[in-house]
Amino acid sequence: MNRKIGLAALAAMLTAFAVAGGAATAPGQTTSLTVYSGRDEALVKPIMDRFTRETGIELRVRYASSTSLATALVEEGRRSPADVYWSQEPGTLGLVAARGLLRRLPQKTVGKVPSRFSTPSRRWVGTSARSRVLVYNTEALADRELPASIWGLTNVRWKGKIGIAPTNASFQAFLGATIHLYGENRVRTWLRGLQANDVKFYPNNTTVVQAVGRGDVQVGLVNHYYLYNVLADNPGLPIRNQWFRAGDPGNLVLAAGVGVVASSSKVGAAQRFVDFLHSRWAQRFIARGPGAAEYPLIKGVARRPGLPALATIKGPPYKLGRLSADIAPAVRLLLELGYLR
Amino acid sequence: MSARAATAASSPGRRAPLVLTGAAVAVGAAALLPIAYLVVRAVQTDAEARALVPFATTLELVVDTAILAGGVVAAALVVGVPYAWLVVRTDLPGRRFWGLAASLPLVIPSFVAALALLGALAPRGLVQQALEPLGVTSLPEVTGYWGAVLALTLSTYPYVFLLAAAGLRSVDPSSEEAARGLGAGRVAVFLRVTLPSLRPSLAAATLLVALYVLSDFGAVSLMGYSTLTTAIYVRYESLLALDSAAILALVLVVLAVVVVVLASRLRVRGAIYRATPGAGRTVETVRLGRWRWPALAFCSLVSGTFLALPLAVLVWWSVTADPITGRAEIAWDAAVNSAASAAVAAAVAALVVLPAALLAWRYPSRLARLLERVTLFPSALPGIAVALALVFFGSRAGGFLYQSLALLLAAYVLRFMPYALASTRASLESISPRLEEAAISLGRRPLGATTAVVLPLARSGILAGAALVFLSTVKELPATLLLRPIGFETLATEIWKGTAIGAYSAVAPSALLLIAIASPLVYLLSWRNAWELGAAD
Repeated sequence: MNRKIGLAALAAMLTAFAVAGGAATAPGQTTSLTVYSGRDEALVKPIMDRFTRETGIELRVRYASSTSLATALVEEGRRSPADVYWSQEPGTLGLVAARGLLRRLPQKTVGKVPSRFSTPSRRWVGTSARSRVLVYNTEALADRELPASIWGLTNVRWKGKIGIAPTNASFQAFLGATIHLYGENRVRTWLRGLQANDVKFYPNNTTVVQAVGRGDVQVGLVNHYYLYNVLADNPGLPIRNQWFRAGDPGNLVLAAGVGVVASSSKVGAAQRFVDFLHSRWAQRFIARGPGAAEYPLIKGVARRPGLPALATIKGPPYKLGRLSADIAPAVRLLLELGYLR
Repeated sequence: MSARAATAASSPGRRAPLVLTGAAVAVGAAALLPIAYLVVRAVQTDAEARALVPFATTLELVVDTAILAGGVVAAALVVGVPYAWLVVRTDLPGRRFWGLAASLPLVIPSFVAALALLGALAPRGLVQQALEPLGVTSLPEVTGYWGAVLALTLSTYPYVFLLAAAGLRSVDPSSEEAARGLGAGRVAVFLRVTLPSLRPSLAAATLLVALYVLSDFGAVSLMGYSTLTTAIYVRYESLLALDSAAILALVLVVLAVVVVVLASRLRVRGAIYRATPGAGRTVETVRLGRWRWPALAFCSLVSGTFLALPLAVLVWWSVTADPITGRAEIAWDAAVNSAASAAVAAAVAALVVLPAALLAWRYPSRLARLLERVTLFPSALPGIAVALALVFFGSRAGGFLYQSLALLLAAYVLRFMPYALASTRASLESISPRLEEAAISLGRRPLGATTAVVLPLARSGILAGAALVFLSTVKELPATLLLRPIGFETLATEIWKGTAIGAYSAVAPSALLLIAIASPLVYLLSWRNAWELGAAD
């Protein structure tokens, strides 16, 4: 008797689960978009939710690293279920675009942002800008002790005190740009020097900034806005961002960007999503939402108070459109030297 | 293992029903699918992909993986065998309690073990904080190799304990008595008679533990120790490096097969067999006397470190808020997904192995033996290799399968069905074919007789197998990470995501919930079944 009830309950559960699973994978009656998001769920979920509320378009979002999503798009080719690819980083977008997997965007869309945050072929467009910085622990260091350039980090003075996130797409983009500007040999030597300095690896920018805050390491190479994200949870942490001297590759300004997948049959809805990311609300959220501090790209939306103006950040002379060619050598180098393993 | 029983059950004159053979062949083919896809992919790679897996790096990864497996096997044996001996053969106070305490870490996934040990033993972790008043300001770090050894020993020594305990119970007492009678001391008897006669159990345990380490992904990642699995994952996550991931996955599979071959040799060489069937005769209990205090200290230390400490850390984190990452939350949706997907995987696995099990039991033939072996083969396949193969399969096949729940469930079933097969097979061994013959003579058709008579009798084995599949699925991480459909999270992936943003304490309630879902299953897994699992490679 008991066994029969148990079996019945199991059968009921299995059925319910199968139905729920079916519902989750079946195309909905309402319009729905599949978004591949290299941007972190914790950061962008409110934007996704708001889009659905405003437009009635359901979103199915695959959150993963920007690099693995680019790999997936290439692997899937024309069979990709994705409609939109929102990446942390222009190199991955450019790489997917170079294989003909992104649609050309309207001039109107690309014209909304400064020209350095898109390319002439209009396959992707920036949604926010960010700068590479050195985050440091203010209890351990005074700002005059900090290196003027990334090249100074191989000095033995920094042994055991540097944290990086080698799997992070922005770190890889920074490295790709540096390879382009200074040559692979110089970068290889620098990376070997960091290894000789016992550089510590973390899974992502957030954990680098946290480690600097705890004092596990004294400095970290990250994107500028993670500082604000970590401080929002723990305002007392002794951490601050510092830029290197003018023109240093460590000051590279990057962009998060978005593209519409070429095989998508929902171009209209996908375009609405892209437009939404450029809306005042979304731009303000990216710039000044809770724990957010990226640079907005649309005129009339102000950056977070306390941030230097984007124009005052003296990055290296480098065009973001080049990254699609430069990021792969960077990844190869990281694999070769054991940074990725 | 069971050649005699199999012969007794067989009926050479009868041919296996075609349905049964067909189903078993289909399942066997599915078991080979992942490896086939990996080989095809790895063979097709170009020079550029091969450049991403330089020989030196690969060799280093193989060596690092192998020395980790060696270290964990050694540690698990050192912890598990004495523990089993104390519980089974001595008058240790509270033996039932210690027996349960020693097996319970089975329900703690390796990445949760690593998480908790990190939290407890990190430079400013709970243990150091607790010892602060005593003037302890720093503890040695437990990351890297030793951290991974510690976390994986926690996860694997219960297998050694269970198998050694089962072995100790079935050791022929007459050999030991003879040795004693010939004047050997207790220690000499243990080293020269008891231990060698445990050889088959310990070989099986070694195999289980080594395979567990080879396929572990979560603990080594959290401890920051690179192995083949982490290297495969890094390439999966990296830009356009899937081909090189396939090559490394194949290397990992080869390493696992080498381990299986080595372990099977270990088992055969120098085994001591029972002289008599020895039914029912129990071995003399060793009186510990004042040695019971060090014995209790040993058990307390092991279970304190490997059970009480991690649980305490998780409970502590659940009730306090971390200053850096904020308050803990429970992912209820993920808990439902974990339990339901594991239930489906367990039910399906129990079902799909039936044809192969029945075939091998009732109609033994060369084909039946081959099908059984093939179906057992995925137990040597690391989860990340299976997952990667199914990623390739899914993106090629496209359509409804790609990124679907079905593909994830298929990965679970493929990876864990050997446990169901081993357990089902073992329970069939004890059933007399006469019963089925009687049913047939009373007018039942062969398959009808099987379902009406044989399966109910084999129920306990089938259930135990399903329970093992459930337990393994709930704890599974790498395949779930690679194959979960959009929006589908399990407790394992939620915990993983939390650790990725450094929110260790925030995932503690989810980790406790995961352990709670898995722990009743330990009851279903009798010690006998653990032995059978180990015996069936």
